[in-house]
Amino acid sequence: MVIGADLPAINSAMPIWIVPLFPLTGALVLLLTGRRWRGLLSGWFASFLVGASFVSTIVLLLDFLGGDGEAALVNRLYQWVAAGSFSVDVAFRVDPLALVMALTVSGVATLIHIYSIDYMRGDPRFARFFAYLNLFVFFMLVLVLANNFLLLFVGWEGVGLCSYLLIGFWFERKPAADAAKKAFIVTRIGDSAFLIGIVFIWLRFQSLDFEVVFARAPELAAGTATVLALLLFAGAVGKSAQLPLHTWLPDAMEGPTPVSALIHAATMVTAGVYLVVRAHPIFEASEVALTIVATVGIVTAIYAGLSAIGQDDIKRMLAYSTISQLGFMFFGAGMGAYSAAIFLLVAHAFFKAMLFLGAGSVMHGLRGETDMMRMGGLRRAMPLTFWTWVIGWLAMAGIPPLSGFFAKDQVVASASENGRLWFWIAALVGSLLTAVYMSRATFMTFFGRPRSEQKPHDAPPRMGLALVVLAAAAAFGGILGLSAVNGILPAFLEPVFGAAEEPHGPLTVLALALASSAVAVVGIGIAYLVYGSGRIDWVALRSRFAGAKRASQRGFYVDDVYTGGLVAPAKLGSAFLAYVFDRRVLDGAVNGLGRIIGAFAGRGRAVQTGRVRSYALAVLLGVVGVLSYLVVRF
Amino acid sequence: MNADLVVFWVTAPLSVFAAVAMILSRNAVHAALWLIVNLFTLAVLFLVLGSPFLFVVQIIVYAGAIMVLFLFVIMLLGVDQQASLRETIRGQRWLAVVLGLGLVAEIFFAVRLGLGLSRGALPDFARVNEGGNIRALAEVLFGPYFFPFEVTSILLIVAAIGAMLHGRRRVQDEDVIDMPAAAE
Amino acid sequence: MRTPISFFLLLSAVLFTLGTLGVLLRRNALVIFMSIELQLNAVNLALVAFSRQWGNLNGQVLAFFSMVVAAAEVVVGLAIIVSLYRKRRSADVDEASLLRW
Repeated sequence: MVIGADLPAINSAMPIWIVPLFPLTGALVLLLTGRRWRGLLSGWFASFLVGASFVSTIVLLLDFLGGDGEAALVNRLYQWVAAGSFSVDVAFRVDPLALVMALTVSGVATLIHIYSIDYMRGDPRFARFFAYLNLFVFFMLVLVLANNFLLLFVGWEGVGLCSYLLIGFWFERKPAADAAKKAFIVTRIGDSAFLIGIVFIWLRFQSLDFEVVFARAPELAAGTATVLALLLFAGAVGKSAQLPLHTWLPDAMEGPTPVSALIHAATMVTAGVYLVVRAHPIFEASEVALTIVATVGIVTAIYAGLSAIGQDDIKRMLAYSTISQLGFMFFGAGMGAYSAAIFLLVAHAFFKAMLFLGAGSVMHGLRGETDMMRMGGLRRAMPLTFWTWVIGWLAMAGIPPLSGFFAKDQVVASASENGRLWFWIAALVGSLLTAVYMSRATFMTFFGRPRSEQKPHDAPPRMGLALVVLAAAAAFGGILGLSAVNGILPAFLEPVFGAAEEPHGPLTVLALALASSAVAVVGIGIAYLVYGSGRIDWVALRSRFAGAKRASQRGFYVDDVYTGGLVAPAKLGSAFLAYVFDRRVLDGAVNGLGRIIGAFAGRGRAVQTGRVRSYALAVLLGVVGVLSYLVVRF
Repeated sequence: MNADLVVFWVTAPLSVFAAVAMILSRNAVHAALWLIVNLFTLAVLFLVLGSPFLFVVQIIVYAGAIMVLFLFVIMLLGVDQQASLRETIRGQRWLAVVLGLGLVAEIFFAVRLGLGLSRGALPDFARVNEGGNIRALAEVLFGPYFFPFEVTSILLIVAAIGAMLHGRRRVQDEDVIDMPAAAE
Repeated sequence: MRTPISFFLLLSAVLFTLGTLGVLLRRNALVIFMSIELQLNAVNLALVAFSRQWGNLNGQVLAFFSMVVAAAEVVVGLAIIVSLYRKRRSADVDEASLLRW
């Protein structure tokens, strides 16, 4: 029996599964025939397939808009698991939320594919890189288009796998291989909680389908809802690198920069936010869970912001800033401002992908240099990178009218609208930090005098194309959500989240927006004063506050605490198990058993003399024995 | 004293003597000859037991064909070898003798339990052998035992073919196994 | 007939045991083979005696079959002995003891 079969199963005009099919095809073809591809062809092939995926998502969007106003289009492909009463379908779902996610994923992915053709040119595993990228896009699309928790989990784990493969793409370098393992293992902690949560959902609802679960979620008792929500949130924390499972993301920067842009900025790490937003009916059943989500989000945002200020590696700086922005998204979700969180997710995908690609372009121009101390003054040498970067920078800092301003303003304002003043102030502090570290990085990289002897060159055409398109999206993305109440995106998402309420906080929308912009300007001002104006010798400042600088750079030693407190004892325990327990006790038992049997066999094999007469004697012995038994018995 | 009892007491000791002589003769030809003697005594006992057909078959097939085959092979392999009777496997001889005596004792007890040692009532065999033993045997053999009888013919053919294949001479190096040089 | 059937059976047992001893104590493959023939014949004697005891011909038929099988066995067995002798220049079964530990 197919559970949920009685629910409306509308078939869209175009099958939804076509969308993930394109990148899957690409991944399979490239993985099976990777060695045969010459030149850049495999890159174009992969880009084309992801582009086709993007186009078909647009077709789905038009399909959906032209539909008869149904809340969701669902494609049930087949019954996947049938074990007793446990039944799960492979089913895809298109609703506004899924569409927004799928469009963002496939759109950004297409640009990053094109960018990678130049960036990865000449790599000996060029085709394999694109195979992994395609595979990632496939799993990500499965994740956002899934209609039940189990299929979502498949995508969830799949992107985790691709993240592992791509972080460790240059696995000959030990840091890359280590970072890949770290990313995989740390996210696995959250994933196991997520899986337990899925089991709980099944036990509670006898279904994993979104319609069924979310329709009945309001019936949940507050305690149950809290447990369920926190288990799901634990998965999100791992995937989206929030405190305390954030340590893998800065290390993940060992991967190629397009990977950082696609997976560790724009798409995969936002899957956690998507999960929380998707499962919002469960979260809304528990006030406690929502507060925890918001608190974790804002604490992570401030913590990561403080850490980002101390980074000298441009990619690690961006990694911490991603953690911080993801914190903002969770904060928004925790405040109940789901469409604002998704808006920030989309805008962040644009400007952060753009910034990563910009960083990649800088590295490309400087032959792999990532240390901002050895950059400086690059705005003349690479104008295209510089100007696109400026758009990303200002968007992220929250300067109107760029996309980041609208998105972040709505998230920050949601706290005020809920009447939670302290959260609002904390969010403003986070925004301030964002403006400061982004401006610091900009001034260190592009302004001042050059601190590198290399002759930098600007981005090649295909990289430039991706930069320009993403910069445009970052600049004008704000159009999607000019107003939190009736902007394009909030209105589109309304069927999923319900109508947004008119703000009723102590401050008006205008005042909130002014506060946000002011904070951004102040942040940029501070950074300009220290790093841009030339009036302060910031290099000297570094040595004066060396302790604070070090703490910030090392992420306030969270990773070191983990290494010392968890990893080292675990290694010690494993070493004991491996070299003492396993070798002595387990191997000892096995070897001992083998030796005992061997000794017996050594004696016993002497019976096999090879002389046929001895065997005949044994037969006679048996005959006499059996006969004597028979004679005695009668 | 009946004639058959006389015949039994003459042939039985001769039969046992011939068997003992066979297993004790160092020369294979002598052993074969003693076995022929033994087979003849058994043929006589078959006659006593009312089976003239088996009496004849025993002489023709066993004492005739099979023993000629034996002698033929002995000729082929060399006649004048005097085999040593020294035992080489420790404990083999006395263990074999003890077990042999045990086997005889067991059968003795079994026969006493099942049949009794003295003479019991025997069915009239003349009626069974009505129309002659051969005719009676033929009716059983081609009646209920027809199928096994046919199968034995296949067995004989297969045995003949197998013997031919085995006896074929093919001396190739890879066939020579277990030679002293190859064994080490 | 005055001779008790049990006499024949006991004679059969004695001959069978003598054949067994021949197999166990002799090393010449040919003599061992003859001893096996002796065992078969001892059994044949028992079968014919059973036939007489029960008053039907089943035992005799079985003895007949046993002779046929013996003939076939002799043919194959002798062929094996001949090829064994060809390879090893000896009919001593103790020397053919390769199949052991």
